[in-house]
Amino acid sequence: MFPSPNDLMRIAPELVLCAAGILIMVIEPFTGHAARRVIDAFAALAGATALAAIWLPAHHTGAAFSNLMQADHFSVFLHAVIGAAAFLVILAAPSYLDREGLPHGEFFALIFFAAAGMGVLASAQDLVTAFVGLEVSSIASYILASYRRDSPRSNEASLKYFLLGSFATAFFLYGVALVYGASGTTILPRIDAGVTEPTLLALGLALVFVGLAFKVAAVPFQLWTPDVYEGAPTPVTSLLATAPKAAAFALFLRTYATVQHASNVWFWGLWVSAALTMFAGNLMAVVQTNVKRMLAYSSVAHAGYILVGFAAAAKSTAGSKLGIAAVLFYLAAYALMKVGAFTALAWLAGPGERHLGLDDFAGLAAKRPVAAACFSLFLLSLLGLPVTAGFLGKFYIFDAALHSSFIWLAILLAINSVIGAYYYLRVIVAMYMREAKREFPMERVPAGVFVVLTLASAGILYLGLFPSRVMSFAAQAALLLK
Amino acid sequence: MIQNHFLSVLIFLPLLGAAALLILRGDDHVWIRRLAITVSLSEFALSLFLIPKFESALSGYQLEELHSWISFPPIGYHIGVDGISLFLVLLTTLLTPVAMLASWKSINERVKGFFVSLLVLEAGVIGVFLSLDLFLFFVFWEVMLIPMYFLIGIWGHERRIYAAVKFILYTMLGSILMLVGILWLFNVTGTFDLPAIQSLLQSGRVSLSQHGGPYSELLLFGAFFLAFAIKVPLFPFHTWLPDAHTEAPTAGSIMLAGVLLKMGTYGMLRFCLPLFPNAARTMAPTIAVLAIIGILYGALVSLVQTDMKRLVAYSSVSHLGFVVLGIFVFSPAAMQGALYQMLAHGISTGALFLLVGMIYDRRHTHQIAEFGGLATPMPVLAAFFLFVSFASAGLPMLNGFVGEFLILNGTFEHHTGWAVFAAIGVIFSALYLLWVYQRTFFGEVTNEKNRALPDANVRERGMLWAMAAVILFMGVGSTLITQRTEPSVLQVLDQMHRPEKTQPVNARTDGPEDFPIITPGLSPDKSAEDAVQVKLPAKKAKGSR
Repeated sequence: MFPSPNDLMRIAPELVLCAAGILIMVIEPFTGHAARRVIDAFAALAGATALAAIWLPAHHTGAAFSNLMQADHFSVFLHAVIGAAAFLVILAAPSYLDREGLPHGEFFALIFFAAAGMGVLASAQDLVTAFVGLEVSSIASYILASYRRDSPRSNEASLKYFLLGSFATAFFLYGVALVYGASGTTILPRIDAGVTEPTLLALGLALVFVGLAFKVAAVPFQLWTPDVYEGAPTPVTSLLATAPKAAAFALFLRTYATVQHASNVWFWGLWVSAALTMFAGNLMAVVQTNVKRMLAYSSVAHAGYILVGFAAAAKSTAGSKLGIAAVLFYLAAYALMKVGAFTALAWLAGPGERHLGLDDFAGLAAKRPVAAACFSLFLLSLLGLPVTAGFLGKFYIFDAALHSSFIWLAILLAINSVIGAYYYLRVIVAMYMREAKREFPMERVPAGVFVVLTLASAGILYLGLFPSRVMSFAAQAALLLK
Repeated sequence: MIQNHFLSVLIFLPLLGAAALLILRGDDHVWIRRLAITVSLSEFALSLFLIPKFESALSGYQLEELHSWISFPPIGYHIGVDGISLFLVLLTTLLTPVAMLASWKSINERVKGFFVSLLVLEAGVIGVFLSLDLFLFFVFWEVMLIPMYFLIGIWGHERRIYAAVKFILYTMLGSILMLVGILWLFNVTGTFDLPAIQSLLQSGRVSLSQHGGPYSELLLFGAFFLAFAIKVPLFPFHTWLPDAHTEAPTAGSIMLAGVLLKMGTYGMLRFCLPLFPNAARTMAPTIAVLAIIGILYGALVSLVQTDMKRLVAYSSVSHLGFVVLGIFVFSPAAMQGALYQMLAHGISTGALFLLVGMIYDRRHTHQIAEFGGLATPMPVLAAFFLFVSFASAGLPMLNGFVGEFLILNGTFEHHTGWAVFAAIGVIFSALYLLWVYQRTFFGEVTNEKNRALPDANVRERGMLWAMAAVILFMGVGSTLITQRTEPSVLQVLDQMHRPEKTQPVNARTDGPEDFPIITPGLSPDKSAEDAVQVKLPAKKAKGSR
């Protein structure tokens, strides 16, 4: 039962992440506060190595650990999304941690563990393995959410996240048990062959989906999202809002694509959930005056957009390829713009994250033109304006929806885009068109934040102008996902 | 290089200029202005070369460029010019330097951003007029919203934020539904390329009703038309316009009225009619009635305005009503007239906003009641104002007359009643323009503040002479323009014919063959490259199978 070299290569990114996390945990107690720069550098290096390690599973595709995991284009794509999000968060975090007086080492270690768990989720082909990944990432996330120990909001966020997350996990696990009872296996490709109780299987899968719906914040399981995203430290929020969504959607899609019994029954449920999620997120975001909370609700709305693509994928086998490719592309675009937006926000909010109101952003463009321009680009991308990644993401989702003849869902998505435009533009209005109401910090942009803003902006424009490479990879991943 | 990519140069030169401006220091106002005006004037000079390059006898697209851009789904960078877009491009390149000169002295804050916005706007609008790929068209269509939004929102007047947000939300609602329409069309035809879609639909190889149900053509027409109707704006979608115009800075109003509104009517000519002729015919009476309501309503509301700029804004609703009417009569004369009226309105309303802006620069108000007897302190400005008012009211020998006459003439032949009502609008337009002129310029100086106002200076006179020259030229030399537009207009009408019997083939086959075919197990980097290189199955070919 000793893992073969192929097995190890296929989980190389997770190995790097876990090793880095453990190393940091071991080293940190022996180094003083002064050595935090070394830890920062090590974390950045480890993050980059983990990203680079994706090369291994990409070149050695196939099943690992007797079919428990699967390294394929699909998992590679999502590993890249998760790894990139984690890497950007690690790059931008040091200045935030310094400012808030928080320890560095544990933070990075937890990020690594969370990312490793999500990575497992992205390539898991077995429901119990997926559960392990889910738990590893969730527990790290709970701690991360409460990382500002002395902030009541941060603690509230963590507790809420923990309680609701536990519920979700319970649903998930119960579902897995039922699936096992109905088919005698938890390995996805074998479920169809082993099924003896189709009704029980449907129920089990439904419970699994409920658990995942919690993670992606789909209506009616989205209620925790705004509080958690708002209360968590902003760099943590930028990770929580992006990577776990990618990971949870990964298992969602893989289950759908692999298990025949999962399709057809649920797609109307997805249709309704997609429509409601879009509206719930957008309508609540419209009335927010706190930019962080607004972006939290906008995450819910974006989950709705992704669900539209998912529903399109679920409708028919023909649409499924388009739909899966669209969802993958959207996840990549979404990760870039959300991480970018939250990173900018973390820096602009100032010490203690006090300046998060819409008014605090008034007149920013005159004082901080580059930061305002980057933030605007992220917002315009979230809004879905052409030449940004967000537009092409939406474009592909529209395409998939129409290809599956979801004309009404496409129209609802269109309406939601306009609602979204209203609140994203409000921030731009404040930054560019109103007079400043507060003093802005005049210190230079920290190098890490600057790099992240540049990378995210460049990525958004690259995906917006030349999406072909990424999209063909996503299309290929969708094609091979069976 | 320039020979083969002439149109691309036209689109990207302003963008290059904008990028160059960004490098300059923000407080170096003199050089920012100099560089911006140099770029826009060279752009205008360059665009004049379009006229000799353009073969006026041809009806199709000329100077075409086609490069593949996005491989999945197949999207091309396809641009070209024909008689319909030719003069709209020239109008854009002419009005941009005018708009810049109009704000030479009045914009003193964030000067760099202002000129960058104007140049990006110019590039976006030219891109809209030249795009022959629906996706590319949509990209330009949306991208130019942002500079306009900033122009209104940052450099506008008191209620600028309200106006800017209203402008962008209205436009977006329309355009996002158009995006749905574009994608639907793609799902039916398998391509975004306008000439390809046109030939598929026209030859009957692809039928909209066969693919998406009996109402699909009507719905698609609606998705496109709504976007354009909001832009025009057609009554009852016009409510954003007065706010946007009133609050925008002079340059913004010139560009908005002069060029941006034309994008709506251009879209109707370019897309709604040739692609969805049956729906266009079905909806024509309704649209014509809305257009006539717009003509009369706009004129009547102009009559009662107390704010000069709002008056000119509402007059646009009225004038653009003529254009829409001219388009939906489906007669060659009326359509020629509509196209001509688009150009004429761009020039004369642009000039009116320019004049109103000059008055505003001196007194910082648009209220008609504040003025009276302005002809005494500023005779030159008064003379130009009268000249432009005559042009806008459609006096023979000036530019407004040609278009209105052709539209009314063409309409009268087919629908006498419509022409009668529309003609009443002409009378009203003379009424409100001359009345506002009388109240502002004639008589004694009623307000002491106005007695010492300076007359037009050299810069302002230069702009006004240029505009007046164009107005006069378009009034007397109209055949030089119409002979170039005629083949394309006739082509639009020709494209509206559909064969009686169709054998439609669903061009976009369902299933995974839509995807690049890639052998599993390849390294992702390499296979991604391969995937880009693997040409998608030619959808057009499938359609013809």
